[in-house]
Amino acid sequence: MTTELVLGFLPLVDACLPILAREHGFAEDEGLSLRLVKDMSWATVLDRLLYGHSDAAHMVAPLAIATTLGRGRPAQPLSVPFVLGLNGNAITMRPELAGRLRQPGQLGDPVTVGAGLAEVAAQRLAEGRPLRFGVVHRYSSHNYMLRYWLAACGLRPDRDVEITTVAPPFCADALEVGEVDAICVGEPWNSVAVERGVGEIVLTTAQIWRRGVEKVLALREPVLAEKREAVEALIRALRRAGRHFIDPENWEKNAAILARAEYLDGDPVLIRRALSDRLLLAKGDKEQLFPDFMFQYREAANFPWVSQAKWLYTQMVRWDGLEFDPADAAKAARVFRPDVYRSALLGSGDPLPGASSKVEGSLAGPLAVGTQQGNMTLTNDRFFDGQIFDPEDLAGYLARLP
Amino acid sequence: MRIAIIDESAARASVIQEGLVAIDGCELFVVTERRGLVARIEEIAPDIVLMDLGNPSRDVLEEYFVVSRALARPIAMFVDESDDESIAASIEAGVSAYVVDGLAANRIRPLLDLAVRRFNAFARLQSDLAEAKGKLADRDAVDKAKRILRDTRGMTEPAAYAELRNAAMNSGRRIAEIAEAVITAHTLLRGSR
Repeated sequence: MTTELVLGFLPLVDACLPILAREHGFAEDEGLSLRLVKDMSWATVLDRLLYGHSDAAHMVAPLAIATTLGRGRPAQPLSVPFVLGLNGNAITMRPELAGRLRQPGQLGDPVTVGAGLAEVAAQRLAEGRPLRFGVVHRYSSHNYMLRYWLAACGLRPDRDVEITTVAPPFCADALEVGEVDAICVGEPWNSVAVERGVGEIVLTTAQIWRRGVEKVLALREPVLAEKREAVEALIRALRRAGRHFIDPENWEKNAAILARAEYLDGDPVLIRRALSDRLLLAKGDKEQLFPDFMFQYREAANFPWVSQAKWLYTQMVRWDGLEFDPADAAKAARVFRPDVYRSALLGSGDPLPGASSKVEGSLAGPLAVGTQQGNMTLTNDRFFDGQIFDPEDLAGYLARLP
Repeated sequence: MRIAIIDESAARASVIQEGLVAIDGCELFVVTERRGLVARIEEIAPDIVLMDLGNPSRDVLEEYFVVSRALARPIAMFVDESDDESIAASIEAGVSAYVVDGLAANRIRPLLDLAVRRFNAFARLQSDLAEAKGKLADRDAVDKAKRILRDTRGMTEPAAYAELRNAAMNSGRRIAEIAEAVITAHTLLRGSR
């Protein structure tokens, strides 16, 4: 018997796993009929999820926490049993700004670019036209990564530079007309700006936090309970899609699928760049390899570490100007559901970490970790400023941050 | 009451506008241009904003509302947070509504209901139009397939049509589908278009 699941998504490269799970029949093999509903804003993806038009959604991770805590809307508890991927975003600047901040033809170094940016920002502030950055949503990983980087470089967001919301399809336009000086957005929108010659990629978010949580699979908590079996089947199908996604053999084919009108409705050549971790930084450059640009499968990338949810909560406290509240921190932590992920993959041979939380940003090199099943080695997970996030000491972490 | 209708489809915006004009004491503003949206809304200072769910600028607008909460005109999502049925209907119809805090629900509900009805009416119009367009495309395909049969097999037009119809009946498909198949086969066999 097949069960239907309806999943909402935004046309972005990192919606790849559900799309491929459907297109390659992995969902079907698990007894699922997966129906995908495309929308054009996170607000609509969320509305559909909350009012039962969809069972699950491709969602920016902080929005799942914000919804649970009732930021911006009445609180509704969401659950995240699967992380759809890590990173995959970039910071793209208007060409003249990019040219001032980094060597042509290569990605910048976050510290050096930050130092240069501080000078430009001060100058622009003095001229009464502060630097403006565009992000896709207040509760997006893009916003938190950008702010994390700026603050660590001595720039105070909202005071030294402005940060505004821009819809992904309009990012290239906004750069072109100078509505913003830079954008932090997912693919293919950086590459679209590059292709149009209106922007150059200066940094990737993976350079800010090598293992930064990006999109998640979010469900309403009661829906997860009600459709638990189907959700576990979906998790297995998504893991298979991840295995397929990282195989170079499949890049061409998968880029063509994602490019179709019903999905991203975009250019397969641009989409393939993100899939293969090969980016074109500026128009006329050659594609270059940036390992871990998108991180969708290895090292249990899809495991919903509770520590990730807690990190997101600390950033929400930081940038929404909230008081740190242990009860809210606990609510936020409960959004990520490693128990469901484990239960779905138990007995599959897929590596399952022994712990549900980890100290984030402490690894410079490979470390074999204890598992419940399989072997697992974690590698570099550093923040660019060397800060370490201890999920048992959120208040201490917040106090240490600039 | 000042109402802003934000819709990139000018046709739909005018259908909504026509519906709302009937309500007394409403001043309507239609915004179809995406550029400068926030500045325009600021200028209009609406009590109610209606926006189609498919609009990519929804996140931009919501962000503006969050920020403007610190300013003079706080805006809340939808009518009344407890009014789930009304919200569900508006999502079903494809419209989102934002309302200035403190506006009485009994003033808003009839307006929102009307907007939902107009959205639904527009959607029906669209699907009728799509159907009509589909019929035209079907007719084109059948004409083309008839020409191919005439040219390649020397059939008369009625004979060619009868051939298509019989093939359709025998295979349980629509004539237009058979016609498409004939066109595709013809293109392939010729090796090019």
